[in-house]
Amino acid sequence: MAESSKAAAAGPDFGKAAKDALLSGIIAFALFGPLVGLRTAQNMNNELVVLNELGKALLITAIVVAGRFLLSAFVFPAIASRGKKSKAILTPEEVAAASARTRNVSRGALLFLLVYPFLMVLIFGVQGSIKWVDNFGIQILIYVMLGWGLNIVIGLAGLLDLGYVAFYAVGAYSYALLAINFDLSFWILLPLSGILAAFWGMILGFPVLRLRGDYLAIVTLAFGEIIRLVLINWKDFSGGSAGISSIPKVTLFGIKFDASPEGFAKMFDLPMSSAYYKIFLYYLILALALLTAYVTLRLRRLPIGRAWEALREDEVACRSLGINTTNTKLTAFAIGAMFAGFAGSFFAARQGFVSPESFVFMESAVIVAIVVLGGMGSMVGVAIAAVVMIGGTELLRELSFLKVVFGNDFNPDQFRMLIFGLAMVATMIVRPRGFVSARQPTAVLFERKAISGDLVKEGHG
Amino acid sequence: MTATNGSPLLAIRGVKTYYGNIIALKGVDVDVHPGEIVTLIGANGAGKSTLMMTVFGSPQAREGRITYQGQDITRMPPHEIARLRIAQSPEGRRIFPRMTVLENLQMGASLDGLKYFDEDAEKMFVLFPRLKERLNQRGGTLSGGEQQMLAIARALMARPKLLMLDEPSLGLAPLIVKQIFDAIRELNRTQGLTVFLVEQNAYHALKLAHRAYVMVNGVITMTGSGRELLENPEVRAAYLEGGRH
Repeated sequence: MAESSKAAAAGPDFGKAAKDALLSGIIAFALFGPLVGLRTAQNMNNELVVLNELGKALLITAIVVAGRFLLSAFVFPAIASRGKKSKAILTPEEVAAASARTRNVSRGALLFLLVYPFLMVLIFGVQGSIKWVDNFGIQILIYVMLGWGLNIVIGLAGLLDLGYVAFYAVGAYSYALLAINFDLSFWILLPLSGILAAFWGMILGFPVLRLRGDYLAIVTLAFGEIIRLVLINWKDFSGGSAGISSIPKVTLFGIKFDASPEGFAKMFDLPMSSAYYKIFLYYLILALALLTAYVTLRLRRLPIGRAWEALREDEVACRSLGINTTNTKLTAFAIGAMFAGFAGSFFAARQGFVSPESFVFMESAVIVAIVVLGGMGSMVGVAIAAVVMIGGTELLRELSFLKVVFGNDFNPDQFRMLIFGLAMVATMIVRPRGFVSARQPTAVLFERKAISGDLVKEGHG
Repeated sequence: MTATNGSPLLAIRGVKTYYGNIIALKGVDVDVHPGEIVTLIGANGAGKSTLMMTVFGSPQAREGRITYQGQDITRMPPHEIARLRIAQSPEGRRIFPRMTVLENLQMGASLDGLKYFDEDAEKMFVLFPRLKERLNQRGGTLSGGEQQMLAIARALMARPKLLMLDEPSLGLAPLIVKQIFDAIRELNRTQGLTVFLVEQNAYHALKLAHRAYVMVNGVITMTGSGRELLENPEVRAAYLEGGRH
C-alpha cells in the first residue's frame, strides 16, 4: 500500500508493474497452456489425437499480461490515491467551483444534445442517421427521463421503489387507450397520462406509508407486477398480452409525418423519410427530460424538496421538526410517477404499439440500476449512467469484431450481458457510491472565516 | 425557583403507553410550568425517552391525557404538535448527516418558511460559535459534541416555547457536556425558554433543573426540586454514587 502510494506521487512505477505482469503471465500460461493450448479430438479413424492450439493460449496470456500491467501501473495507484483526496470540509469556494464545473459540463452536454441529430445526419446521411437518433438518442433519453423521475423517489426521498415501471405502463396505456377510443391528440393526453400516473402513485403511496426499506421495496415490486398481470389478464380493457397496436403518432401542431400532401416532408419539399419523425421525437423526449430536470432542480430548493431530502436522512427527526411525513412521501411518489407517466405516453406514441412485455420487472431493475450507478440524488450522475447502461448495451450488440479473435462461431450477443455485468461490478468497486456521489448543498453562505487552530485541533467529543 | 403555582405549560396526566402488548409507561403524571427547567432522570429502560416520544405523539398514549397550554394534544400527529412550538431534540441527535450545517438549521426553521432565519441563525452562532465555523460542512462529519450542538440549535430554530431534550450528554466528553448544559441554562435565563430534559447524567441534570422527576420502570417514584433530589440519599445511592460522571 505504501509502495503504491509512493508510486502515485512519483508517476507510475513501471518496474514493479512489469514484475507483476510477468508473474501473472506465468500463472496464466500455466493455467491456459494445457487447458486451451492442447485440445483433444477424434480423427477420421476414431483415434484420439492432441491438437496443438498454443497460439490461442499465448494470446490469452498476452491479454492477461497487458491487462495486469495496465492495472498495476495506472489503475491501482489511482484508486489508492483517490481515497486520500476526499475531504470533509467544503469551503464555499470549493462548493462554488464544483457547482461551476457541473454547470459547464451540463451546458456542454446540453449543446451536444441539441445538435446531436444534425451531427448524425451530417455523418451518416438522412437514412443512416435513423439508427443513431432512434436506437441511441431517443432510447437513452427515455431512460434518462425515467432515471430522473425515479431519482426523486429514491435519490431524494430515499424510498426504494422497485415497481416504478408500473407508472410507465400506466402512462403508456393511458395514451394508447384514450387516443384510440376517444381520438384525443398527444398534446392533450401527455399531461393527462402524467396526472393519471401521479394518481396511481398516490394509490400506491397510501398503503405503503408505514413501510420502509426492504419492506417498501417488496410491496412496490408487487405493485409493479400487479399492474402488469392486470394488463395481461383484463383482455377486454387492455387487449391482454397481444397488446394494443396502431396507436396514433404524434403530430407537430397538426402536421403529420407521413407521405400525405399535408405531411411534413411534402410541406417542406423534402424527400420522404421516417428520419424527420425520429428527429422530431428526439427533440420531444429531450424537452420532456429537460422538463423533469428543471422541475427537480427547482423542487430541491423549495420546502418540499428539502423535506424529501430530510426524510431520506432521518424520518424521526423530520417529524420532530414539524414536517408532515405522510404528505412528503405521497408527493414524492406522485411526482416521480407523473414523470414516468409522461415518459410512458411518449413511449406509446413512439412505438405505436404497447404490450405488457415492455413493462416487466427487468425494466424497473434497469431504472433502479441507473439511479444507483449514477449516484443517488445526482442528476448528472443519473444521466451518465443512463448513457452507459442503455448506450452500452446497444453498443455491445456490435461486438462482431471479436469474431476475429475467437473464431467465426463466436456469438457476441450471448456475451453482451456478461460483459455488461462485469462492467457494473467494476464500476461499483471503483466508485461504490455511483458515478457522481458528492451531494451539492442547496444553500451556501459565502463568507470568509478564519478557523483558529485550537478549535480545529480538538478531538472528536 | 420552584414556581409550581399557576397553570402548567405541559401537563401529563395518567399516561399509559404500550409497545404492542408491553406496557412502557404505567400511568405517568408530570407538570412543566412556563419558564422552568424540568428534568426526568432514571436508569436505562425506565421509560424516559418513551415519555418524551409520547408527548410528541409517536407513539401515542393509549390512556391518559396530555395537554399543552390547556389544549389536548394526546391524539395529535407529531407534525401538528411541532406547530404548537414544541421542539424536540430526539435521542441520538439525529441530525441530517448528508446535509450541511446550514441546511440542517434551515430544516429546523421550516415552520416559518425561513422568515426569521438570518436573525435566529445569528443567535445560534452566539450560543454555539463552533457551528458558524462548520456552516458549509456536512452534518455527518461533525464531532459528537458539535452534532449535539447542531441538534439543539436545529430544534431552537423552530422558535419553540417548550424545548424537549433527550439525553443531550450522551457519549460526550465532560467539557462538552458542561458547554451544552451552560447553553441550556443561558437560554432559560435570558429568554425564559421552558425546558424538559431527559437525562441519565443525573448529577449535571439535577444541578441544572428547577424541578426533577425520577422514573423507575415506567412509574414516577420521586419528585422535588433539583437540589432536594441531589441531596436525597436514595437518589444518591441509585444514580450518583460511584463517581460524578
